Amino acid sequence: MAFQVSKSGEVTVIDVEGQLIVGNRQELKQKVLEELEKGELRFVVDFSNTGYIDSSGLGVLVSLSKKIREQGGELRLASLNEDLRTLFELTKLDTLFKIADSREEALTGL
Amino acid sequence: MLELPNDIRSIEHAVEYVMEHCAGCCAYARKLNLNFRIGLSEALSNAMLYGNERDPGKRVRVEVTIRDEEVTARVTDQGAGFDHETVPDPTLPGNLSKPGGRGIFLMRSLMDDVQFNEEGNSVTLVLRLEEGRSDLAGGASA
Repeated sequence: MAFQVSKSGEVTVIDVEGQLIVGNRQELKQKVLEELEKGELRFVVDFSNTGYIDSSGLGVLVSLSKKIREQGGELRLASLNEDLRTLFELTKLDTLFKIADSREEALTGL
Repeated sequence: MLELPNDIRSIEHAVEYVMEHCAGCCAYARKLNLNFRIGLSEALSNAMLYGNERDPGKRVRVEVTIRDEEVTARVTDQGAGFDHETVPDPTLPGNLSKPGGRGIFLMRSLMDDVQFNEEGNSVTLVLRLEEGRSDLAGGASA
């Protein structure tokens, strides 16, 4: 399973196992939208166990973040390794997302 | 050389297969693992989604050459081609919140050379492995 959904208080946490790429981005989108439809508004995507993300993976995060914000919620990202952080910096998406060093930091104040 | 069905689910397996054959370049593992892996994935995605327009009857050809000093991948689709010069910069403020448009940008940022053929249906990616270059092309140019 590439995406594990769990709860931490009122926050929905999604662990990305392996890759977030063109071949599985729809699965992440579907899982987040299902939670959003249930009324969940606070999300953390944890990349502790993620190898790499491609442009489609970045795109689905942008799209989901927008949808969540439109509902009055927030999506935060956590635990990006150095390579993944480089991707966000290259694409300047580090300016669009709140990126925390750890899951705990992401959950703080959410 | 690999010939892939026009199915995005085949991308991950194809990239893994190529990466296994690059394992001998272990001194540059990090650069290969990020730059080449993502560059090749983007080229395959573009070929299948935009070049071949998701047509399951079409195929994508991948030719990889591994030399001491560089790794080259040529990805060719069966589409009509497109003008890569017209792709907007996804890092401009007005484009940041758009979900798409980062594939070619990532290829250009992470690879040392990216060349399209005149028809626009074949792209050649080059990653140089010589000493003294930054591990991450992005890190060098950012």
